[in-house]
Amino acid sequence: MNRLKTLWHRLGSPRWFFEISAPWAIGATILGLIGIVVGLAWGLAIAPPDYLQGNSFRIMYLHVPAAILSQSCFILMGLAGAVLLIWRMKLADMVVAAAAPIGVVFCVLALVTGAIWGKPTWGTWWVWDARTTSMLVLLFLYFGVMALRQAVPREETAGRAAAILAVVGMVDIPIIKYSVDWWLTLHQPSTFKLTAAPSMPPEMYLPLLISVLGFYAFFAGVLLFGVGNEILGRERRTQWVGELVRSRQS
Amino acid sequence: MTQSGFMYVPSSGRAFVAQMRRDLTIAFKSRGELMNPLMFYVIGISMFPLGVGPGPQRLAEIAPGVLWVLALLSTLLSLDTLFRRDFDDGTLEQLVLNVDPLFVGVLAKVFAHWLVTGLPLTLLSPIAALMLFLPASAVPTLMLTLLLGTPILSLLGAVGAALTVGLKRGGLLLTLIILPLYVPVLILGAGAVMATIDGVDPTAQIAWLGAILALMLTLTPFAAALALRVGLE
Repeated sequence: MNRLKTLWHRLGSPRWFFEISAPWAIGATILGLIGIVVGLAWGLAIAPPDYLQGNSFRIMYLHVPAAILSQSCFILMGLAGAVLLIWRMKLADMVVAAAAPIGVVFCVLALVTGAIWGKPTWGTWWVWDARTTSMLVLLFLYFGVMALRQAVPREETAGRAAAILAVVGMVDIPIIKYSVDWWLTLHQPSTFKLTAAPSMPPEMYLPLLISVLGFYAFFAGVLLFGVGNEILGRERRTQWVGELVRSRQS
Repeated sequence: MTQSGFMYVPSSGRAFVAQMRRDLTIAFKSRGELMNPLMFYVIGISMFPLGVGPGPQRLAEIAPGVLWVLALLSTLLSLDTLFRRDFDDGTLEQLVLNVDPLFVGVLAKVFAHWLVTGLPLTLLSPIAALMLFLPASAVPTLMLTLLLGTPILSLLGAVGAALTVGLKRGGLLLTLIILPLYVPVLILGAGAVMATIDGVDPTAQIAWLGAILALMLTLTPFAAALALRVGLE
């Protein structure tokens, strides 16, 4: 308990976090890349073709992790925003700032792969069904958070304003999802459920699982790199950053 | 808080009523502005027959969606006045400094705003429905959903207005950040009207709207108050 408390207080120091997170960032990114490569290679080349969709279903190994990550990323952003608003922890603001662009990339990736998957399966690039639509709204929410941050001139105010919007968005996401579910839907229901065994054979869902975990690790690594960059950018006038830069240059 | 001799601290209820009365007085002093959202609503709706053609059948088909989308947009455009004028003349700062708890003041402002935008819009909607040949049987549902839905729009919009109040050109940004949050209201509101046209019972959608209204009534005043504090720092 005491150690947790110390850790919590230490998180208040960006310098400490920068130094401690660098090896984690590299490790998580490498681990994530390995997971993605293994998951995708297995899924794209080795897993058996679907009895109905043939080979086109294989894009799932990219599409599903991207979709999951884009939602997880928003939840993380909302939680970090809440931490910023409650405890005024600078680091939380940097997490919000670093997470938003990554979330946008995953969101766009999910929408694009969804379109490519939709063409052979549904015969059309775009369908206004429940899950594509809520993904699109999620993308708009990301845009809103980023636009608000850029519009507010003072950095601290911008961070807190973006955090409020992220928290409101996080609360609204389940409502959006439920409401969008009203107009059901061509989309196949989700494969993974925590409460039931997957409806796919293991040689199909194992690579997907590896791919999802790889995406998570990769996301963690990229996020830590992003937070590190935020720290350097905001602390650029401090002595330790100056020393760090000089030591790298020589 | 103790009441010292020269400092009068009103109760929350009184602060609410006083704030609401003040906002309503100001709103009625500038009648032109009062009418603007409503005129926007009617003019916006009349653009659709001009754009898609005057055929009653086609217009009736898109009527629920158009009526609701225009309600969204006219609420959004009217939100700029919610805090902007008070911010410009410094009253907003006094509100943040003096009204404790602040969310009561915010709630009063939002309620006053709804009384002069959402409520008249709801009352006007039968005429707008007529313009688009919405079946008369669906008009009560339209009014009921607007009655439940427009306060949600005002409440959520207040958060956006508070977040953008200090910005020079906040109008477009406000639209950008709030419109995605309006999606559930649009779907449920327009969905209920469409269900009524199709002869399906719309109670489920209406109940959902009521539930969302209750949720937003309890959450957004705090978020908007916090956003005002951040914006005025």
